[in-house]
Amino acid sequence: MSNSTTVPEEQTTYNYTVVRQFSIMTVVWGIVGMLVGVIIAAQMAFPELNFGPYFHFGRLRPLHTNAVIFAFGGSALFATSYYVVQRTTQARLAFEGLVKFTFWGWQAVIVAAVVTLPLGLTSTKEYAELEWPIDILIALVWLSYLAVFVGTISRRKMPHIYVGNWFYLAFIITVAVLHVVNSAAIPVSMFKSYSAYAGTMDAMVQWWYGHNAVGFFLTAGFLGMMYYYVPKQAERPIYSYRLSIVHFWALISVYMWAGGHHLHYSSLPDWAQNLGMVMSLILLAPSWGGMINGMMTMSGAWHKLRTDPILRFLVVSLSFYGMATFEGPMMAIKTVNALSHNTDWTIGHVHSGALGWVAMISIGALYHTIPRLYGQTQMYSISLINAHFWLATIGTVLYIAAMWVNGIAQGLMWRAVNTDGTLMYSFVQGVEVSWPGYVVRMIGGMVFLTGMFLMAYNVWMTIRSENKTIAADTAAQPA
Amino acid sequence: MSSFWSAYIFILTGISIVGLAILITLTRRMKDPGGEGASTTGHSFDGIEEFNNPLPKWWLNLFWITIVFAVLYLIAYPVGNWDGVLNWTSQKELTDAQIAHDRRYGEIYERLASMPVEDLSDNPQAMRIGQRLFEDNCALCHGQAGQGSYGFPNLTDNDWLYGGSGETIKASLVNGRRGQMPAWGDALGAQGVRAVTEYVMQLSNQDNVNASLARQGEALYNASCVACHAENGTGNQGLGAPNLTDNVWLYRIPGESIRDSVQYTLNNGRAGNMPAWQNILGEERVHILAGYVYNMSNQ
Repeated sequence: MSNSTTVPEEQTTYNYTVVRQFSIMTVVWGIVGMLVGVIIAAQMAFPELNFGPYFHFGRLRPLHTNAVIFAFGGSALFATSYYVVQRTTQARLAFEGLVKFTFWGWQAVIVAAVVTLPLGLTSTKEYAELEWPIDILIALVWLSYLAVFVGTISRRKMPHIYVGNWFYLAFIITVAVLHVVNSAAIPVSMFKSYSAYAGTMDAMVQWWYGHNAVGFFLTAGFLGMMYYYVPKQAERPIYSYRLSIVHFWALISVYMWAGGHHLHYSSLPDWAQNLGMVMSLILLAPSWGGMINGMMTMSGAWHKLRTDPILRFLVVSLSFYGMATFEGPMMAIKTVNALSHNTDWTIGHVHSGALGWVAMISIGALYHTIPRLYGQTQMYSISLINAHFWLATIGTVLYIAAMWVNGIAQGLMWRAVNTDGTLMYSFVQGVEVSWPGYVVRMIGGMVFLTGMFLMAYNVWMTIRSENKTIAADTAAQPA
Repeated sequence: MSSFWSAYIFILTGISIVGLAILITLTRRMKDPGGEGASTTGHSFDGIEEFNNPLPKWWLNLFWITIVFAVLYLIAYPVGNWDGVLNWTSQKELTDAQIAHDRRYGEIYERLASMPVEDLSDNPQAMRIGQRLFEDNCALCHGQAGQGSYGFPNLTDNDWLYGGSGETIKASLVNGRRGQMPAWGDALGAQGVRAVTEYVMQLSNQDNVNASLARQGEALYNASCVACHAENGTGNQGLGAPNLTDNVWLYRIPGESIRDSVQYTLNNGRAGNMPAWQNILGEERVHILAGYVYNMSNQ
């Protein structure tokens, strides 16, 4: 594997520089984003920790979501998609200059978010809070990303395109569309703009965007990751090519419809809510298609779980993916939503996806990739990966269990009625009951964050012991 | 919705759902033995090969169930211009629930609303309902126990801006109140504001009042403030002008000195806003709430 010190001139070499950059920033932004998450979780349990105005919950919360989704998740997607597309096409990344721009441009976007959000500069749209000058930079970076990705695929050495790359490409194209349409706004100054849409229509556009940010950024993109790293780490063929075709097309066509379920019981017309609900239910099978294909790929390799903590990360992430994509359609059913809407249950649901699926599969993928970027066969310490795995799993379970308990308690308390027709509990009684859950959530977050520090140390030691005499395996491998 | 947009929705929805049905039907018919020893597709990407196992049966069945459910649901419930065979709307569901609620509980509220506000104090049921309504609607500003906070009056101290009789409390709830203290900073000047502040402090017998400034302030007070706050600062409940002699300070930030607070008020004015609850809660509930607040202040 890593013995190709001399590369024949005509042979393609892979661009690992940008993969290294994004991989390291994934770890850095993961720690930053999750640290802010732990801080705001602490603020929910202990309101005295709100120091205004810059370190107030209201300003740190969008910083947390932007940092974990776009900085951590985004860097993981850039890193792995650039790695995977090169290795599965046997082609070097196209457009060297644009590749550099995607890295530095994306980091500039994140730094701009870290500065402007605590200053209170926000478009107020959830997961799209950044103001218009930053939105323009995002659009430019994203179009460059698209050009690089398509350019690289068109250089491939074989007729077919690997399934992982379909998912990555669908994610890149759709996020471009979502971002441009939802962020359309009329600027009134450098730091202030107003949405191009009004009222309920604005809400519908926002949640069409918001739900597909989940569907494409946090699902399709990470399924692309899954389709490379699970078979690669398990050293098994993908279970079913056919299933991958069916669930790919079903997933990307149905996700588009489901955003209406975020606006159940609102002024959104009944029919749009109904469509949002039934399409969310149909989404169950296409979502599970990815889980089945990943899990069944493991058949014949289950024994490897005993010794390979990277594989554990990947398999547990698929389990959380399956759980979250079952929970989502259930919560989209109106009668269930009547209980769950606006409660902590929603927060728990998001985090079973965000911690259990997105973070765990990214962590597993990085533990596979990073040694290979630095001319090594494995990470500095396997037992640290194992410790990280348990911290991540326990942290996620604590988090989502606390939010389930809180959410269901809140939903039941808000609807309980006395014999005289009045509500049985005041709002603040629901908050009182939720307090232990807020503390457990904070502890779960701390446990998860601790794992990220182990990862940072492990990555640091792996990079430090890079064997300079044996260059990284950047030469394209014949299939 | 115009019939064009309705048709647009039908067609897109139809294409999506029928397209999925076609997709899973066609791919199911493809022949492949599957299982271990199944042939791979022959592709290899960075060493990754692909089996071509058939779609799991239970998964396909699940897919079909959700598709059939979706079609049936959209026949039963509205989509586009189609009203659905059940003729359901969320508005109707809400109205029905409200009617059912009134039918079930209406008698209780009617009976309590027919009693004078003051008499509700002796009625445990009214007090229970009142407490619940208060905690759900009023506590956010006035506090769980009605103790008030900065800018929101304490309801337990029997000190009233607009009067504390049952009917006056009810009037405050029904129509809301809008308190307006004008800003006097420009008219009085810095020196004038300082002087009036000392006089106002003297009205409620504060310590460390600068007596000579207070004398100057008295003259200014009698020229500018007396119309609302009355001679000797006893206030005017008809206007909602606070009594300045009772040492109750609505706009005092915890820890702030009375002097600073009064100066700020004089310089910048104050605006209080109590919303009108008649249309939100309905007259009967407002009546019971008035009884609860009355009881709160007369315990």
